[in-house]
Amino acid sequence: MRYSLWTLLREACSGHRGWKPAWRDASPKSAYEVIVIGGGGHGLATAYYLAKVYGVREVAVLEKGGIGLGNAGRNTTIIRSNYLLPGNNPFYEFSMRLWEGLERDLNYNAMVSQRGVLNLFHSDAQRDAYVRRGNAMRLHGVDAELLDREAVRRMLPFLEFETARFPIQGGLLQCRGGTARHDAVVWGYARAASGLGVDIVQNCEVTDLVREGGRIVGVNTSRGEIRARKVAVAVAGHSSRVAAMAGLRLPIETHVLQAFVSEAVKPLIPCVVTFGAGHFYVSQSDKGGLVFGGDLDGYNSYAQRGNLPMVEEVCASGMALMPMIGRLRLLRSWGGMMDMSMDGSPIIDRAPLEGLYLNAGWCYGGFKATPASGYCFAHLLAREESHEVARAFRLDRFATGHLLDEKGQGPHPNLH
Amino acid sequence: MRIACPFCGERDLSEFTCLGDAGGPRPAPEGEGAVARFLEAVYLRDNPAGVHRELWYHASGCGSWLRVTRDTRTHEVLAVRFAREARGT
Ligand SMILES: Cc1cc2nc3c(=O)[nH]c(=O)nc-3n(C[C@H](O)[C@H](O)[C@H](O)COP(=O)(O)OP(=O)(O)OC[C@H]3O[C@@H](n4cnc5c(N)ncnc54)[C@H](O)[C@@H]3O)c2cc1C
Ligand SMILES: [Zn+2]
Repeated sequence: MRYSLWTLLREACSGHRGWKPAWRDASPKSAYEVIVIGGGGHGLATAYYLAKVYGVREVAVLEKGGIGLGNAGRNTTIIRSNYLLPGNNPFYEFSMRLWEGLERDLNYNAMVSQRGVLNLFHSDAQRDAYVRRGNAMRLHGVDAELLDREAVRRMLPFLEFETARFPIQGGLLQCRGGTARHDAVVWGYARAASGLGVDIVQNCEVTDLVREGGRIVGVNTSRGEIRARKVAVAVAGHSSRVAAMAGLRLPIETHVLQAFVSEAVKPLIPCVVTFGAGHFYVSQSDKGGLVFGGDLDGYNSYAQRGNLPMVEEVCASGMALMPMIGRLRLLRSWGGMMDMSMDGSPIIDRAPLEGLYLNAGWCYGGFKATPASGYCFAHLLAREESHEVARAFRLDRFATGHLLDEKGQGPHPNLH
Repeated sequence: MRIACPFCGERDLSEFTCLGDAGGPRPAPEGEGAVARFLEAVYLRDNPAGVHRELWYHASGCGSWLRVTRDTRTHEVLAVRFAREARGT
């Protein structure tokens, strides 16, 4: 069913009894052209672009639980393309352009809201770094605007400007950045992919890879063996475990990141704001809750829940930036486990085993990448070569030294 | 999560910082395959869901480096030793 104002009116007049499930909950067939492991945003987007752009329709997405219950449904929904490095920037900008046309493309309301992303700076050195970043963005055709203190004050008068330790000196604003509804992105891709014939198979955990003559030819799952010419891994947070089934070690550690939402209040924060003197970022959902987060908990974890010291630290950083939130009650907090790569950047590449393909290492920035990640992974699967904006995301860059370390942090995943 | 420092006793997580996987000894820089050995040691990880040996620093305590054995699925701390004593074990 194509969604439109007309279908909405028709259903409104008939008691909303005619809506059909948005996508087909398929049972697995015995073989496919491509198997995508992982029914998060990246896996579903990969299947969609494979079918839509590259004409590969014999595709299954295998998800061990329900789709969108991993990081895709746990993130703080920020989208932006304010990257510094030439290997990263064109990719994220490609993603931003896909976001801008996504709802029309999918015929689904993903609530893409370009409300702006503002990164605050609090020292001369930080200002220089943001000027440099802004210039790099503009050289790549991305919008960026440097705001001085007074411009920030006009936008967000409630911030703490007068603190002696972290005076706000200004900010770098990307107006085209913003947020999108994470669940709707999952459902939109699932619906569009399913409509093109992709099988979305839930409660189907991949437990092993099937090897024949040095090649991966399929997977063993909790619902039996399934064969495919190509097996594509998009399991965010579990990449090392699936890679281990093929005997590979990856440049990745799994870490937990927490997020928080407050009780709902009237419209208050018009954009996404990040604090430059502590790790804290915040936006306001359309329901009114303040959605915010901070740093990783800092150690390897597969627990999918966070620890209390980080709750305190994030809230303290929030209070330092906008003291008024001290009166708000916290409604919920949760954690998601992510692939933290050794340089903070992702991998979209062939694995060193024929038939196996990797989409991994998205750290805490993979939601914004969802459209481009799916597109470029589909390109790699269909064409056997990297998409031009994803050429730097090679697996062998750790051996050759062509790292993509935006922060210049070195091989410490808990610090990226 | 609380970690029992062998010098200070059981302390709150917020007193410690984690360096990460305790790994093996630094590979030999000479000889054939040195690049591959360093790639393994610096960048590649087992990243297990389960028992993990890692290095922690008791920053707001005695300043010792510790080797903590911990389950990454439950955060249960299974063993803690001074890193220098645990070396090679
Ligand atoms: C708290 C938090 C906040 C974040 N905030 C942002 C943000 O503001 N902006 C941003 O850009 N990014 C953000 N991220 C990062 C972003 O959410 C992830 O990088 C991205 O969602 C990962 O891709 P995915 O959607 O495909 O992952 P997931 O949704 O995790 O999909 C992976 C799927 O693979 C499945 N799977 C795993 N193993 C198997 C198996 N063996 N067999 C079958 N299926 C398997 C899992 O069940 C899961 O559903 C945040 C992450 C967290 C945790
Ligand atoms: Zn101690």
